[in-house]
Amino acid sequence: MTDHSDIDHVSGKSTTGHEWDGIKELNTPLPRWWLTTFYLTIIWAVGYWIVYPAWPLITTNTPGLLGYSTRASVAVELANLEAARGEKMAALAKASLADIEKDPALLALARAKGRTVFGDNCAPCHGSGGAGAKGYPNLNDDDWLWGGTLDQIMQTIQYGARSGHAKTHEGQMLAFGKDGVLKPDEIVTVANYVRSLSGLPTRQGYDAAKGEKIFTENCVACHGEGGKGNQEMGAPNLTDKIWLYGPDEATLIETISQGRSGVMPAWEGRLDPATLKAMAVYVHSLGGGK
Amino acid sequence: MNTAVNPNELTSDDDYGPLYAAHKKVYPQRVSGTFRRIKWGLMALCLGVYYFLPFVRWNRGLGAPSQAVLIDLPNSRFYFFFIELWPQEVYYFTGLLIVAAVALFLMNSIGGRIWCGYLCPQTVWTDLFYAVERLIEGDRRERMKKDASSDPMKLERISEIVLKHSIWLLIAWWTGGAWVLYFNDAPTLVKELVTFQAPMIAYIWIGILTATTYVLAGYMREQVCTYMCPWPRIQAALTDEWALNVTYRYDRGEKRTSVKKAAELRALGEQVGDCVDCYQCVAVCPTGIDIRNGPQLECIQCGLCIDACDTVMKKIGRPTRLIAYDNDINIHRRQEGRPPIYRIVRPRTIIYNLVIAAVGGIMLYALLTRSLLDVNVLHDRNPIAVKLSDGSIRNAYTVRLLNKRGFDRVIAIDVDGPVNAKVHVVGVDSVTPDRPMIVIGRDQTAELRLLVTAPAELNPEKSTPVRFHVTDIGLGEVATATDNFVAP
Repeated sequence: MTDHSDIDHVSGKSTTGHEWDGIKELNTPLPRWWLTTFYLTIIWAVGYWIVYPAWPLITTNTPGLLGYSTRASVAVELANLEAARGEKMAALAKASLADIEKDPALLALARAKGRTVFGDNCAPCHGSGGAGAKGYPNLNDDDWLWGGTLDQIMQTIQYGARSGHAKTHEGQMLAFGKDGVLKPDEIVTVANYVRSLSGLPTRQGYDAAKGEKIFTENCVACHGEGGKGNQEMGAPNLTDKIWLYGPDEATLIETISQGRSGVMPAWEGRLDPATLKAMAVYVHSLGGGK
Repeated sequence: MNTAVNPNELTSDDDYGPLYAAHKKVYPQRVSGTFRRIKWGLMALCLGVYYFLPFVRWNRGLGAPSQAVLIDLPNSRFYFFFIELWPQEVYYFTGLLIVAAVALFLMNSIGGRIWCGYLCPQTVWTDLFYAVERLIEGDRRERMKKDASSDPMKLERISEIVLKHSIWLLIAWWTGGAWVLYFNDAPTLVKELVTFQAPMIAYIWIGILTATTYVLAGYMREQVCTYMCPWPRIQAALTDEWALNVTYRYDRGEKRTSVKKAAELRALGEQVGDCVDCYQCVAVCPTGIDIRNGPQLECIQCGLCIDACDTVMKKIGRPTRLIAYDNDINIHRRQEGRPPIYRIVRPRTIIYNLVIAAVGGIMLYALLTRSLLDVNVLHDRNPIAVKLSDGSIRNAYTVRLLNKRGFDRVIAIDVDGPVNAKVHVVGVDSVTPDRPMIVIGRDQTAELRLLVTAPAELNPEKSTPVRFHVTDIGLGEVATATDNFVAP
């Protein structure tokens, strides 16, 4: 079978000498340039080992002559991106909040920037689309604890609520039950009264007059005459259809007896002014802004 | 029978003959005739279009590019005479590619690999490079002699070589240069290129394409077709027995006899073949094969052997087309004394034509009726619906308007869906409160945040369909998108 001149008689071609069940493999030689190219690619690969990071060592890897690193190149690209955005972000920092909303280009920029920043910083509490959760306000609706104008939103973002910042919003829901101000049956009565303010059904045998009396004595100071709320104190409007913690009797009893004092952190100093502006514009543009 | 191979016997290549073959250079001879003329014509047409198309102007108005064919990558636009395509309309290219592929199948089922022989860029440029080589170094025999000569080179020979490579490089450079002109305003870019102010990427691309053209057309040539291109392999699956491939009609050609002997035998009334074994078909072949061995992988169906053979047949007074576009069916029919039949129209070609017509028709219809105003709507996913303090429901949508015209337009938005719905576009204080109007710049898109608010009691359904009509106030052009209004 190792005959040098093993010729297939049908095709007239030489064979490789390999034979399977009487079928011989014809020798169709590859061009030599193909082989050369193959060797060149191997040499090229060796070149790669030398100039680029390649071999893993115990704690690191061979760095390569060029000193290339993907991490460094990402850093460079990010810096380039920042530089490219610099001009636009400067325009954002300079414009007033009202002007940003009037300029379609600035509004688009602020909304895009705001959406990203919101996702990074606000979404853990308020949700990725600002839909909120129990105790965390929905930012899409038109009900605002501390006011829904651009400036008011900006102020809340900057200084927070009960955040400990010198300029923070103050005021909290007192724990009327825990502190012994109201007795349990009084709390049940006033909870039903609060439900009646927004037209929700009340418990059978509930004394409306007593409820109004307790409300006037204890709640009006913050929630206002008729429970319309007070944005100075962050006291919610109790007559509307939106509830931060929930409108059912059990939740209301819990709120009145235990109090509520959710915290919105202050973002001043944590994010730069242009970013804060973008965030305020974004929240305002979600739909509920006044 | 399985013959066991003793590993000890597998030590040397020498036992089995060489596994790698040295490149045998091909020296195609000059030829003239019908198919050569067709090839010259097609070459002039293809290269003419390729080299000069970027310089053709097309007026699209002030501020828009005036180049007839332009791929504007930074702005994501493709301009083709009266058509301007946006990235989302890339399906027109998909359609074009389908038509191109099926057209290739059709060509193949009619005339075999005629794409390879006449239109493939590899063939066209190789042909051009061969023409230059022949012009400078002479025809087949001279070139073979010059290459084989071991004498020290004289000035004349050196200048020939230098001239040839210079012209090759010039063609290759122009090929790369024309390529980049499709991506930027050609006259401006030419000016920048010669004053060395063009962007580096332009020079890099010219360099890359100069190198590939020079190497592929000057050196690799038929090796590309034989070893690198997948088409010869795919072709086997697309051809059938009716396809007219370049065929040596062995029924007529065999038995090969010299001219003199044939004359003697014919005088005696004997049957002799027309082939005089002159090897002209081999001499002119750009892939260096002998077509008389039958259909071969290397054959690109260029028909130059037909021209060569016809020339000889005319000289010796025998009928032409001993080699022709033909198939084995007809050879057998002639051998059986029956007339040949050519079935260009058969189910395969009809189906290919129908597919081309259908896809082409759909594309043409889509292109002619394509809207130059478009709207896409995306419903907010989180929150999907918002309850407001008065109990009404609000849904927010991201609306993207596309103005594909070359001028600014005023667009009115009408929302048709929930009962008593109020519409507001964030950042737009419209004079018509329930019909927001906005201006979109020419050739631009605008992304808007649109709020639809409706009383809950009038819209008790969990989901109500909403239609967004956007109307060009000036032209009356309308585009529509649909979505849903959802209750919490």
